[in-house]
Amino acid sequence: MLPHDTKIVPAFQLRETAYAISREGGRLLAMFANDERPVCGKFVIYCLFSNDGGTVLVKGLLDRDETPEFPSISPEIPAAAWYEREIRDLFGLKPVGHPDPRRLVLHENFPDGVHPLRKDFDTRTPIETVVGGEFPMAGVSGEGVFEVPVGPIHAGIIEPGHFRFSQAGEMMMRLDAKMFFVHRGIEKAVEGQPLADAFYRVERISGIASVAHALAYSQAVESLAGVVPSGRARYLRALVAEMERLYNHVGDIGNMCAGIGFAVAIMAGARMKEAVMQVSDRLTGNRFLRGMVAPGGVRRDIDAATEQAIRTLLDALEPDFTELVGLFRENDELLERMNTTGIVPKQAAFDLGVTGVGARASGVDTDYRRDFPYGCYPDLALSIPVYTAGDVAARLWVRVDETYACIRLIRQILDQMPEGELRLPVPSIPAHSSAFGWAESSQGGVIHWLMTGKDDTVYRLFVRAAAYPNWPALTVAAPGNIIPDFPLINKSFELSYACLDR
Amino acid sequence: MLLDVWRKIITTGTVTRDFDAVVPPACSRGQVVPKAARDGACAACRKCEAACPGQAITVDGEGAHVDDKACLFCGRCVSLCPKDRLEQTAKYDLASLGGVFAGPSPSDTARKIRAALGRSLHIRHVDIGSCNACDFEMTHLCNPIYDVQQYGLDFVPSPRHADLLMVTGVVTRNSTQALQMTYEATPTPKLVMAVGTCACSGKAFGEGYAVRGAVDSIVPVDIYVPGCPPRPQAIIDGVMKALARRIGQ
Repeated sequence: MLPHDTKIVPAFQLRETAYAISREGGRLLAMFANDERPVCGKFVIYCLFSNDGGTVLVKGLLDRDETPEFPSISPEIPAAAWYEREIRDLFGLKPVGHPDPRRLVLHENFPDGVHPLRKDFDTRTPIETVVGGEFPMAGVSGEGVFEVPVGPIHAGIIEPGHFRFSQAGEMMMRLDAKMFFVHRGIEKAVEGQPLADAFYRVERISGIASVAHALAYSQAVESLAGVVPSGRARYLRALVAEMERLYNHVGDIGNMCAGIGFAVAIMAGARMKEAVMQVSDRLTGNRFLRGMVAPGGVRRDIDAATEQAIRTLLDALEPDFTELVGLFRENDELLERMNTTGIVPKQAAFDLGVTGVGARASGVDTDYRRDFPYGCYPDLALSIPVYTAGDVAARLWVRVDETYACIRLIRQILDQMPEGELRLPVPSIPAHSSAFGWAESSQGGVIHWLMTGKDDTVYRLFVRAAAYPNWPALTVAAPGNIIPDFPLINKSFELSYACLDR
Repeated sequence: MLLDVWRKIITTGTVTRDFDAVVPPACSRGQVVPKAARDGACAACRKCEAACPGQAITVDGEGAHVDDKACLFCGRCVSLCPKDRLEQTAKYDLASLGGVFAGPSPSDTARKIRAALGRSLHIRHVDIGSCNACDFEMTHLCNPIYDVQQYGLDFVPSPRHADLLMVTGVVTRNSTQALQMTYEATPTPKLVMAVGTCACSGKAFGEGYAVRGAVDSIVPVDIYVPGCPPRPQAIIDGVMKALARRIGQ
């Protein structure tokens, strides 16, 4: 269970405590704030690190009468940069010494001095819209340098985000991103809701990670309630989680080929993804596998015919996929575009806390299913590919290897499926208890932190999806490449905007 | 290498189908409807109304009424009903018309639109607050199974080339300006389809500092396609209803 160790310090000692952990090889997994003034009279800033022994949670306490600020840990821990900007926007706590004073979550349309995640902010308070504000974008100046603005509405069927490229001819010198266009305020929207009701909003944070978010949230609730779902429920959860990984990976491999215009592979990937989604529909009643995972267990069972449909799907998919991979395994035209393009060096991946495919392609061996075991994964034979080149091709090969691993895993889950109750009742949870829940989505690790309120409601839910630490890696990968390669580099990460923005 | 590519194309063959020939499984989560009255009466306990995460249900003397446009199709009401009065069907073709297509008989404008664009409609996607499920289903419209180009539909890279905007998600504060500017940049007739329950009802995440509501609170909407997300067939169904291209329409 996370965390393995907790350190409580006053907020002004946050920096030295965090730096000490970081200097011994600790890696920041998540950082967030909570307004606990109604509970204990303090704001609390939480930093979760992973280290050799497991995880350590640092809690920085800031009394309600103190100046609302804390020493920024971003100068030595770059992974904290976005988290701290988010804390300043949503809680009005200033990270002193932060290298980037810009807003992150709230755009220029939002008035100063309004901090929506504070408990004394009523979410239905009308907020004026600031007109004519500017959102400064980071650039490069000098003779011959020009900027290319892209988005938030893109040319393809893509989620919204604004990219600003600083160009010297075709070469990208710098990339800055303005995100959070689809910020729906979900963390505030679930506050005060009964735990069981909030689940349906959590399941809808992101389409392509519906299962991962549902799992992370459910596991946090179960950990607080002391419920361990039955073996059958845990296996069924792993089944839908792996189906989610499978449809994403085959679809993403096809989409990466869209970055170079290889139409046959794009369509083959799209066709295989559709086949997986049609079987997913049969399994859960939803093409995105919603409606299976729930706090306490699962909502549906699997029958013999559906099990056979999954086996038939895998038997057809595996040779089909092998033929697809055969089209680019030794395809020079494709490899020349992908090899050495969009490199994220191992040190950068480590420092930024990159997770999932992006990390494993840059030599950072991390997978929450193995590192922080949950559900039935300890019973299963996991195989976790790690590549070191850190380029677009490495991210492709990680996905290819994981697709095969996923097919094997689904077969093993079906073979070992135990009997058991589908869903256990979730007993009442004392107010102001807190716990983490986590899952490995197709993009990487998802972490939820839940604190309960009175009568089994949500006091605070923090959601950190895989996209959160991975987006900044894109701004490392892009510079030094030509701008026509940006779509390819972007697709090789295939990051969700909805997951990040919440 | 090229021979392998050709071999793959030929051995795969044609996989494209008519959209309504791809039938969803019977267990899929579609429209929720009250059961026939002869099977028993609604106790008016309002459990479904209170539990509905989409605020889609109202209960009166006749029983529960489900607003398709706000339904998240999660089936929670069905499992909570103590009298077993609700059932979830696999019905997905729930699109309804508004705006220029509103009313029982088509207006002159609607007739003109159907005559001019009936077999060649250009679409721009605009995500202003979705979870990306609706957007991926839109991507799947272009996969070889649904292949919407067979119906004369195509996605274009700019609103300036578009006849129809397919808008997904609840309108967020941060994307309101983008929606307004995209709408302004679109040439007449500026058709708008609200794709998915968030876009149709705007209630999926409640009222909050970050959201403004449904798409039709910002720009006029001509086609509503509920679903969480609407499957590709449901989106095609919405276009076909608007263009009066289905038999019986």
